[in-house]
Amino acid sequence: MKKLVLAAAAALSLASVDAVAAPAEGVELLKVDWSFKGPVGKFDRLQLQRGLQAYREICASCHSLKYVAFRNLTDLGYSEEQVKALAAEYEFPAIDDEGSDTTRKGTPADHFPSPYPNEKFARASNNGALPPDLSLITKAREGGPDYVYSLMLGYEDPPAGFTVLEGMHYNKYFSGNQIVMAKQINDDQITYADGTKATAQQIAQDVTAFLHWAAEPKLEARHATGFRVMIYVVIFTILAYFLKKRIWARLEKK
Amino acid sequence: MSTEKSVWRRAFEWHEQRLPIVTFLDNSVGTKYPAPKNLNYFWNFGSLAGFMLVTMILTGVVLAMNYTPHTSLAFDSVERIMRDVNYGWLIRYMHANGASFFFIVVYIHLFRGLYYGSYKAPREVLWWIGILILLTMMATAFMGYVLPWGQMSFWGATVITNLFSAIPLIGEPIVTFLWGGFAVDNPTLNRFFSLHYLLPFVIVGLVVFHIWALHIPGSNNPTGIEAAPADKIPFHPYYTVKDAFGLGVFLLFYFAVVFWAPNMLGHPDNYIPADPLVTPPHIVPEWYFLPFYAILRAIPDKLLGVVAMFGAILVLFVIPWLDTSRVRSANYRPVYRIFFWLFVINAAVLTWCGAQLPEGLPLILGRIATFYYFFFFFVIMPVVGWMETPKPLPASIGTPVLKPAE
Repeated sequence: MKKLVLAAAAALSLASVDAVAAPAEGVELLKVDWSFKGPVGKFDRLQLQRGLQAYREICASCHSLKYVAFRNLTDLGYSEEQVKALAAEYEFPAIDDEGSDTTRKGTPADHFPSPYPNEKFARASNNGALPPDLSLITKAREGGPDYVYSLMLGYEDPPAGFTVLEGMHYNKYFSGNQIVMAKQINDDQITYADGTKATAQQIAQDVTAFLHWAAEPKLEARHATGFRVMIYVVIFTILAYFLKKRIWARLEKK
Repeated sequence: MSTEKSVWRRAFEWHEQRLPIVTFLDNSVGTKYPAPKNLNYFWNFGSLAGFMLVTMILTGVVLAMNYTPHTSLAFDSVERIMRDVNYGWLIRYMHANGASFFFIVVYIHLFRGLYYGSYKAPREVLWWIGILILLTMMATAFMGYVLPWGQMSFWGATVITNLFSAIPLIGEPIVTFLWGGFAVDNPTLNRFFSLHYLLPFVIVGLVVFHIWALHIPGSNNPTGIEAAPADKIPFHPYYTVKDAFGLGVFLLFYFAVVFWAPNMLGHPDNYIPADPLVTPPHIVPEWYFLPFYAILRAIPDKLLGVVAMFGAILVLFVIPWLDTSRVRSANYRPVYRIFFWLFVINAAVLTWCGAQLPEGLPLILGRIATFYYFFFFFVIMPVVGWMETPKPLPASIGTPVLKPAE
């Protein structure tokens, strides 16, 4: 038990800069009517494409997305050629025929690369904090997509008397209200390829939807399969009910 | 019409003479097993538990084909199952939520036994085997939750295994033995995986004994009185079809969660890979352990807390003798029935308390509920059994069944 307490104490000293799954207490999250909500919810392909663009142009400079491979991007409505071209924009370390270090172009089989060579480098670049991998972020936080969306828009001036430590930023929704990540999303920060007006809310929504796809890529298949399975089970249950009534009626005849 | 037996019939009889497996099944859960005709829908949960056990083993075997029990690969291999294995997401969500639904079914089955006095003579051994199944299930579920190697996996394993350190003298060596080292690490994960695969088959063995012990006295029934042969009907087709209907209703709930809210019963922290240097601010077990977790934390002394937590289940072994009433069914026990339903509410309160931080109201409420939990078994069961005047029992099952329900 002593060891546990020590571990806990050691961990608490890090907890202020490392991510925890709970949002700030007592704060109402911003609610979005996500297209993927509900039993028949689906992703909005154009929104996911905008979210991908926002991730690549804003988030990817600090956050990895290691469980997502470029080949998965065909789910967003891109053709295989488009995916190949996108993957080729990235460079990966490789070893050439002479055994020397070199680089090669990315292929659809590659996953999104980490922006940092290692964890120490990442922490040194971010005031001691490690920017979390975003592949599962909407499932790894209480409040899910609503929390991720709220966090991106939760930057405001601290209330009077609240001291924000150096290198930290006030965020209404973050646990403890101080976060190393500075405000990243502003109106017209990027220019959307599809011409959608890039308000801060729009960007935050698009990137959250994209991240929810990254966390739960089989969501549409799950909803669709679930619907068919339910129809089957309902019919089975109704038939079983009438069969039960019919068989038990034999007892009354006796 | 020819009286010649078909070749299939003769082959079947040839085989039955040598290994009468169909006769055996027919005697066990078929036309030759007479069951009381008045069983209500609470009697569906035994077969539902059997269905969930098979579901868990089948999905689990497939998951094990794709899972890697190593601290550096476990989390990644689960994500690979979710993303790249064909229908891996379905298999995993069925398995993860299956554990919850298995517990829901088994808890209802247990409360049914408690209400209708199914633990009383001559069914004590049947009841004991049921408790052994519950204990084995709990061990299996706990170790299964560790396998994805998320934050809650790691810290849950750390907290629960550390409980054994409360045992005087041999506590620390036991913990080291469980861990296979001096911290929860790769050896812990390896042995938990091995045991998580083994124990379900131990449960299958216990289920065989459970059904065997059931067949000696036969099923209890809502009146609690012995069923006369005239009041019994063959298990097949009457209860097979009733169980099929019950299964359909159950699957509606199970699949609704699997397909539409698969992470509702889980914890977001378990989608963060395990990190021994970062403790989640609030470590909680899965919901089905919360009542026992609340009992553990209600008691200020660690050793006594652990004793109370295990005692909360072990007390079930002796309730055939703690309950002094000869009347089985609580339907005929007007006083006991009130305390029984209070006990059910109390269990819900403990579940809620287990999920809260142990301070303020949840702690006080948890202590009161822990007190009532043991008060119910050690005081109410013997005392109410002596003092209470039960309602008159029917002469036979046929009597109340023919009359319209009250």
